[in-house]
Amino acid sequence: MFDPDFVFGEMLPALNRGLITSMMLIVPSATLGLLFGIIVGTGRVFGPAWVRKAGDIYTATFRGVPLVVQLMIIYFGLPNIGIYLEPFPAAVLGFVLCSAAYNSEYVRGALLSIRQGQLKAAQALGFSKLKTVLFIVVPQAVRRALPGCGNEIIYLIKYSSLAYVITCIELTGEGKVVAARSFRFTEVFLFVGAYYLFLVTLASWILHRVEQHFSIPGFGRAKQ
Amino acid sequence: MTDNATPILRVEHLSVALGGRPILRDVSLDVDRGQLKVLIGPSGAGKSTLLQCINHLILPDAGTVSLEGRAVDAHRKADLYAFRQQVGMIFQEFNLFDHLDALSNVSIALRKVRGMSRAAARERAMAELERVGLSSRHALYPAQLSGGQKQRVAIARALAMDPKVMLLDEPTSALDPELVGEVLAVIRDLAKGGMTMVMATHQMDFARALANEIVFMERGAIIERGSPVELLAPGAGTRTQDFCSRLTDLCEESC
Amino acid sequence: MLDKLLVIWDALPYILEGSAVTIATVLGSLALGFCMGVPMAVAQVYGGRPVRYLVGLYVWFFRGMPILVLLFLFYFGLFQALDLNLSAFTASCLVLGMASAAYQSQIFRGSILALPQGQLKAARALGMSDGAAIRSIVLPQALRLSIPAWSNEYSILLKDSALAFVLGTPEIMARTHFVASRTYEHLPLYMTAGALYFIITLAGLKVLRHLERKTRIPGYAGYGI
Repeated sequence: MFDPDFVFGEMLPALNRGLITSMMLIVPSATLGLLFGIIVGTGRVFGPAWVRKAGDIYTATFRGVPLVVQLMIIYFGLPNIGIYLEPFPAAVLGFVLCSAAYNSEYVRGALLSIRQGQLKAAQALGFSKLKTVLFIVVPQAVRRALPGCGNEIIYLIKYSSLAYVITCIELTGEGKVVAARSFRFTEVFLFVGAYYLFLVTLASWILHRVEQHFSIPGFGRAKQ
Repeated sequence: MTDNATPILRVEHLSVALGGRPILRDVSLDVDRGQLKVLIGPSGAGKSTLLQCINHLILPDAGTVSLEGRAVDAHRKADLYAFRQQVGMIFQEFNLFDHLDALSNVSIALRKVRGMSRAAARERAMAELERVGLSSRHALYPAQLSGGQKQRVAIARALAMDPKVMLLDEPTSALDPELVGEVLAVIRDLAKGGMTMVMATHQMDFARALANEIVFMERGAIIERGSPVELLAPGAGTRTQDFCSRLTDLCEESC
Repeated sequence: MLDKLLVIWDALPYILEGSAVTIATVLGSLALGFCMGVPMAVAQVYGGRPVRYLVGLYVWFFRGMPILVLLFLFYFGLFQALDLNLSAFTASCLVLGMASAAYQSQIFRGSILALPQGQLKAARALGMSDGAAIRSIVLPQALRLSIPAWSNEYSILLKDSALAFVLGTPEIMARTHFVASRTYEHLPLYMTAGALYFIITLAGLKVLRHLERKTRIPGYAGYGI
């Protein structure tokens, strides 16, 4: 069953190619998704009423609709109104928009969890609004949002496989092609799975270490 | 130039309404250097609001606050921040910064607001923690401190800024009874050392022993004011004494 | 514009039939995930080291792989290799259910651990066996505590059910895709599908919030999770 020629000659090169495409999808999507999520999340807490409402609607929509439908709309649907995107940019756009919605939720939760009294205390000491945000709000919000946003990156690693559905051939796509050609689905997808398992496990470990590095005694879940 | 005749803090005709309801009605108060003024009164009287209006955490609708003869212009940010640096505030819920240890809580304003160097701020912060008896706990985080310790750190944090006036908003109300004493001891030392303070509290023994003047508030206005002797002498028949005896019935303190 | 609305109108019955399949898939997977997840959680909290290790391994595997890969692996790979001729629908339910079990087991595990130790001690003191104590004291409370996190799992599973279309399961996504490839009106059709998922999500969450309120235990507000 295990055929070295197949594995090393055909499958692994294809999978490795796909892995690189996956990484090229994941890294920008995670970064932009986080950035955009911070902006939207902050707007949803500190912005004027219309910004908050718009942010809430955006978040509810992109969290309530399956990612695969969002990708279909972007890649197959937008051409109906004249916007033509290649598979790769379409996939990144879809991932960023969806990921940012989830990240904004975590950022918002983190910002809201900071007890108001600390802001008063900072003001009483003479901190300007900007300094209060930089030195009191941000350090705490980052720590509170870290688990959620970190997990979102791990989700992105797994859901990057959906790029296959809009013909962006990454790891899963390459696997499907090789497996369909050789009829060796079990073997191929066990390897594909192993690649993802490795990425996810590595990312989880890194996240855990980062959380530990930033941890402060008693600064756990948001107290109600 | 201030002389001893000018009050160090002057509050004139302060009024504020929150959510449509008037909370402070035309309140005026003068505090002389080194005085301890105690605000007492039932909940909802406006004591906390008055204190927060003094340092403009709540913006008054009308009236002025003057420090050493200079009125605060609430609309100029720089003026406001400078004013707040000179007025220290202690909160009922402590409001320590959760992400910083005790030492950093005390030193952060020195570094980020005053612009002191890290080393100088650290030295000053340690001195203040020493003053309140907590230098051994400088590396602990708020979550690791008892209520009384948290409040003492909060006092150290306010003192580090060399305030001209300290505002204390029911500093011991959130503490378990056995921890109240350690905080009151620190406040007493401050008073004896000549710090000008305005304090809202239910601690009647403390007020009677140390206050220069007791100010009784009810429903947003000052009803009575006078020295503890005037207001609380037996048979004085004042509203203050009446309120106080009701408090006594509740907490079995002598009044 | 009107012709686009007509396209949606014509396709609507066909797509709505798909929502029955979608809901069935979600319910089936949730149920399978629940039936597997509860014992797994109990095993992880109260079991011996080998059992905890096995459950941990299962959870690691099914949480570490993308759903799409799991679907391909099982439907085109393992099920064929084992000569199981399962329909796309059954296979989707099985795979989604097994994956959900991994997540649900962790939800329940968290809830069980959030309960105070004293609960089990008191039950033992009354002479209950551990099994009876877990069944009648620990689980009823833990399950109630889990409802919010479980609602989240429902909404995730609903969205993952859309992936079953790659296996040919005739649910919402598959049917929308079918109509779209014939009419080329991708945008309005997929937006309709999106709206459909949104509505089903809201409806389900409403039901679960109702369940949460009906089973509320006084004094448990904001407890644990």
